[in-house]
Formats: sequence, structure tokens, C-alpha cells
Amino acid sequence: MDKIRSLADLKKKREELQSALKLREQGENTENLIQVKVAMATCGIAAGAKQVMEVIINECNKRGIQAVVTQTGCMGYCYAEPTVEVKKPGEDPVVFGYITPVKAEELVTKYLLGNELLDGIIPVNYGKVDQ
Amino acid sequence: MSNFKYHILVCGGTGCRASHSDQIIANFNQLLADKGLSKDVQVVTTGCFGFCEKGPIVKMLPDNTFYTSVKPEDCREIIEEHIVKGRKVNRLLYLNPETKEHIEDSKHMGFYQKQLRVALRNCGFIDPENIDEYFARDGYAALAQVLEQNDPKATIEIIKKAGLRGRGGAGFPTGLKWELAAKSEGDEKYVVCNADEGDPGAFMDRSILEGDPHTVLEAMAINGFCIGASKGLIYIRAEYPLAIRRLQIAIKQATEYGLLGKNIMGTDFSFTIELKYGAGAFVCGEETALIHSMEGNRGEPTFKPPFPAQQGYLKKPTNVNNVETYANIPVILLKGWEWFSSIGTEKSKGTKVFALAGKINNVGLIEVPMGITLREVIYEIGGGIKDGKKFKAVQTGGPSGGCLTEKFLDTPIDYDSLLAAGSMMGSGGMIVMDEDDCMVSVARFYLDFTVEESCGKCAPCRIGNKRLCEILDKITHGHGTMEDLENLSNLAGVIKDASLCGLGQTSPNPVLSTIDNFWDEYVAHVVDKKCPAGQCKALKRYMIDPDACIGCTACARACPVGAITGEKKMVHEINQETCIKCGACYEKCKFNAIFIK
Repeated sequence: MDKIRSLADLKKKREELQSALKLREQGENTENLIQVKVAMATCGIAAGAKQVMEVIINECNKRGIQAVVTQTGCMGYCYAEPTVEVKKPGEDPVVFGYITPVKAEELVTKYLLGNELLDGIIPVNYGKVDQ
Repeated sequence: MSNFKYHILVCGGTGCRASHSDQIIANFNQLLADKGLSKDVQVVTTGCFGFCEKGPIVKMLPDNTFYTSVKPEDCREIIEEHIVKGRKVNRLLYLNPETKEHIEDSKHMGFYQKQLRVALRNCGFIDPENIDEYFARDGYAALAQVLEQNDPKATIEIIKKAGLRGRGGAGFPTGLKWELAAKSEGDEKYVVCNADEGDPGAFMDRSILEGDPHTVLEAMAINGFCIGASKGLIYIRAEYPLAIRRLQIAIKQATEYGLLGKNIMGTDFSFTIELKYGAGAFVCGEETALIHSMEGNRGEPTFKPPFPAQQGYLKKPTNVNNVETYANIPVILLKGWEWFSSIGTEKSKGTKVFALAGKINNVGLIEVPMGITLREVIYEIGGGIKDGKKFKAVQTGGPSGGCLTEKFLDTPIDYDSLLAAGSMMGSGGMIVMDEDDCMVSVARFYLDFTVEESCGKCAPCRIGNKRLCEILDKITHGHGTMEDLENLSNLAGVIKDASLCGLGQTSPNPVLSTIDNFWDEYVAHVVDKKCPAGQCKALKRYMIDPDACIGCTACARACPVGAITGEKKMVHEINQETCIKCGACYEKCKFNAIFIK
């Protein structure tokens, strides 16, 4: 095991390890972060939602976007799977349909980073009891 | 880079482990492996979350869902619902007792809202057995910074300016203590961490050591560097096996990384840490007794001066600090004394960890800024008194502290205000009592403890406390006189003035404070031979209500001493001379005909 010889060593070590705890630190502060929910019911998974989630997580990490990416159950738009709901702090959630891994990357670069909408937005057609 | 999408944090503190949290962890890992999710979900064993009342605690991240009272058999549902389907398991969420609504995350729970976690910052957040997670939380950065600056005086100055006071109870300024030890001459000096937590109902230090052991090691090394010591010792009671194990792991890991041992981080500074096990004697929490015990002698206190800073372990200058005090040091050095001193009151800076226990809804471990009131702690964080009963008193400071009544509920919690109110900060035990608690019995309970724990060296403590206890015994048995009450106060005063160490000097406090605040209750025991709370067995009288008794003979058959007489279908009677007050008849009667007077 490499010994730690200086403050610089320690800082390097910390940076390497910090990403492992990022998920937990975000958890303390979910309200102020972008929340991405990937619908991961049978229909979503069959349509490739797992790969989509993978892409979103990797892209966010690569670009340093602070987003909480979780999975959720069936949103009911089975015809448009995989579907992804994005909620930016203080804004209403937007649901995107037909998200392929390629489109998932676009979603991150265009909407999460740039606030530019993509094709395939599904109008929210129901309310939720908790909102 | 790890690709975990979920972290499941499971409390691995002593309390939750007793409710099978280790089985919960095993179940999670097994279920995840079965479902091929081991690469997506990380299960982490953490230290105490503090909400022991509803343990075992399981926290899901990143969505910050807080599950309470989880059983090993609930694991399947959590994985299948929460992880696979993304639906929360409502029945395991915390239920707000007032609104009867489920609360999803800890931030919205009353228990956590008023807390500020400084010493407990990593407890329930990191895996205490994994030094990497401590690194990710700025671990050992304070030590590196101190070594890089290479100016012990400046470091001590920061601790002094921060206004940190000893968290073991007495509240001596930590920076000043370090300065005195640094100034003492000696070819060898020692740093000692006092982990001999002995107050009944207190578990702050244990939880810190179990949840974040590295922070204590780091602070001890900083302490060593500042005073010129190369050896650290942790005096820990052998009854804390989990804390001991986690400390041993932490010491090994830190040594492997070169953060303990010879030439730390390439400097001339060398520092090693050794564990010394205590046998659980309360008096060994007193620093001179602790030092004697570490040397292999009897755990008896000696007169100060000489102070340990001048002549301590093996007659060398020694600095003794409590676990919680140490846990504050790295944060102060990283965030600055200005930040630390902005928290708390004028003379008590920072936060304090308390162990809430007794008749309170949310039993557990909390950390609050100094200056918060007792009312906020008991009602807002603690969730009020169990079963809607009435608050009677709160005992702070353990066997050396006192009972505070309702009129003190708005007292701000800091060293000086608690002392002025007739109690003390102590190490942080807080025991809440309700209307069913008899204050004479409470005083007797604490006295019993001090009599047991007195080392026997000085007469006032050894004999005086024994006599105090006997008088209290007499009163609770209904044989007390008014003269006894007078003797109690006088004797308590003498013990306070004449005892050698802190144990004896403070042991009469529970008696004095209950006499002050609950004089009527003492009088009721002595004059009316009654215990208002109905706790003192000897003063209870079981009676039969002749109007309600139908003569079923159930009580007579239940009585183990044959004190109940009466013909079938006739009113029965209890012979008070023979009755041993066991309550068997009371339990047995189906007609509420037996009552306690």
C-alpha cells in the first residue's frame, strides 16, 4: 500500500475516492438537484431502460452534472418506453418518451446542461396525490 | 469509478446490531447477489444514526429514504419494491405521531430538524471500517495541514480561539489544556483519550468510536504533535467490544497508510496509538484515577496538583481529553475557529452530543448546538413524553448531575446555565422522567450507583454516601423522620466539601437537587407515609373495594402469602400485616375491585 507522504498526496487520494460517496452527499440535498427518474418496469426494461440509465449516469459523471438518477416504476406510457422524467429544482417535471441510449446522451447535453427541449415530450396528463 | 446506482446504509451500531442489523446486511447482500444487482447497489455498514428508538435504521440513497424498525425479513420487500420497482415501502417509513403521515426522508423528521452534527458528522454516513470513506470526507486532512504548517503554537491558538471546552463534563478549555501540556518539560509526553464512559444511560463516546474511529485517531495525532508527544493511549472499557474492534481496525489501516507510526507523512513526527482496557469502574473516568489504572495500579484518584499536564502517565506530562472533544478537533482545524465559535453561546461554543433516555418518545443519540433549550430537546427532538404522560423532571450529568423540573425547561443548554440551575452538563446523558417516577427512589438509585462505584479511598465518599443511601432507603420504606431529611442535607453538604475527587464532590447532587425541587415528595414519604408516584413498594397499600368485589376468590388463590381471606361469593379482605405488596391480586382481579392506596 502506498503511504501518504504529503497534503497533496492526501488531496489526490480524496479526489479519487470522493465520487464513491457522491451519491450519499447528494442524498442530503435532493431538493436542490436535478432529479432524473428512469421508468424501469417490465415494459421499460424490455425497451432498453437499463442501458439508458447507465448512459445518463455516465454522462452526468463525465460532465460533472449534479443529478440524482433513480429508477421508478411504470409511468403508464408503455407505448413510448423507455421514458425518463426530469425534474429541475423549482420547475415542473417533464417526461420524455422514446429515449434510446443515443437520445439519452442528447437529453443530458441538451436538456440537463442547456435547457433545450427534445422531441418526444409526453404531456403530463394526470396529477399525483402527493403534489 | 464505482458504478453503484444505489447505496443502502444500514446502522451497525451496538443498538441496531442487537436488533439483528448484521442479519439485515447479510440478507441484502444475498438478495442482491441472487438478482444480479451486486454491481448496482452498495450495502454499507455505518455507525449510529441516532434514532435508536426506531432501530434498526436503513437509509436508501440517492433518494434519501429513511426506513425504521427494519427486520431481516423486510429485506426482500425493500429490494423488490424500492430497488427493482422504484416504489417506497410505506409501512417502513417513519410515521409522524401527530399527523399520522409517513415521512420519507430524515430531513423532514422532527428528530433531525433541530440537530447540528459536528462530532457525529460521519456517524451514519461512512463505513467506519473503511479508511477510504474517511479520506473522501476530508479525513486526515487536518493532520496533514498541521504537519505541513509545522507550527504547534499556532494550532493550539486556533483551538483556544475556537472556545472548545472539554466534553467529558467539567468543561475545561481544551486549548488551554494543550498549552499547559506543551509547556511542561519532559523527555517523553503522552496523549490519552478518555473513552471510559460510565454514566448510566450514556452512549455518546461509544457511538463516536463505533461510527467514526479515525476522527479520534487523527485528533490524537494532532494533539501529540502540538504538545510534543509520540505516544497515544486510548483508555476504553472492555464492555465496548465493537468500539474496540473498530478502533483496532482503524489503527491498523492508518498505520498502513503511514498516518500513524514513524515519520508521519515524511516529517520528523512519529506517533503511535495503543489501546488500554478498563474494567468498567466509574471512578476511572476521573483523569488521575484513569492514569493510575493505565499504569496497572488501583483505579484511585489522587489530589491535584500535580495536574496530569505536569505529571501524568508514568510521571510524564500527559494530556487527557474525552472522545467527543477529540471528534471536534479535525473539523475546527479545517473549517476554522471563526466557524466553530459562531455556533453556541457566549461561553459554550459548538455543539454537544446527548444520549436521550428514559420516558421519552425518541430515545437516541442527538447532537445540538449549545444554547438550545431543554424544552426543544425534549419536545421537538425527543418527541415528548411517552404515552402522553406528564413531564416531571430531566436528569442531566449522570450520577453527578441533578434533576431539573418544568420551571427549568427553558434553560439554555450550556455549561454555565446548567450549573446555575443546580445540575451540570456532564458527559451528555439525559434521562427524562414522567409523573410515575418517584424522585426519592431516583435519588436512591443514583446513590446506589455511587456507593457501588466509590473507590473507597476517602472517608466522606466511602462512608458518607453509604449513610446517605441508608437514609434514603429508610424513607422509601416509610420509616423516615423529619430529622432524617435534615441529616440528608447536612451530610450531603459535608460529602460535597470534603471528598477527594469529582466523584465524591458531586455524588450528593441527585439528593440535593431532588430535595430542592421535590421537597413535598420527601415530606409525603416521611409524614404521610405515602409515595405520590406510587413507586415505593413498601408504602403501597392494596385494598379491596367492597362494592365491586363479587367474591370470586381469584385474588385469594393468587396471593402467595395467604393474606387474602373471605368466603365464596362474599367480600374479601387483605391483611395488610401479611401482604408483601407483590401485586398478584391486582393483576388477577377481573372486576377492578382491587385498588392501590
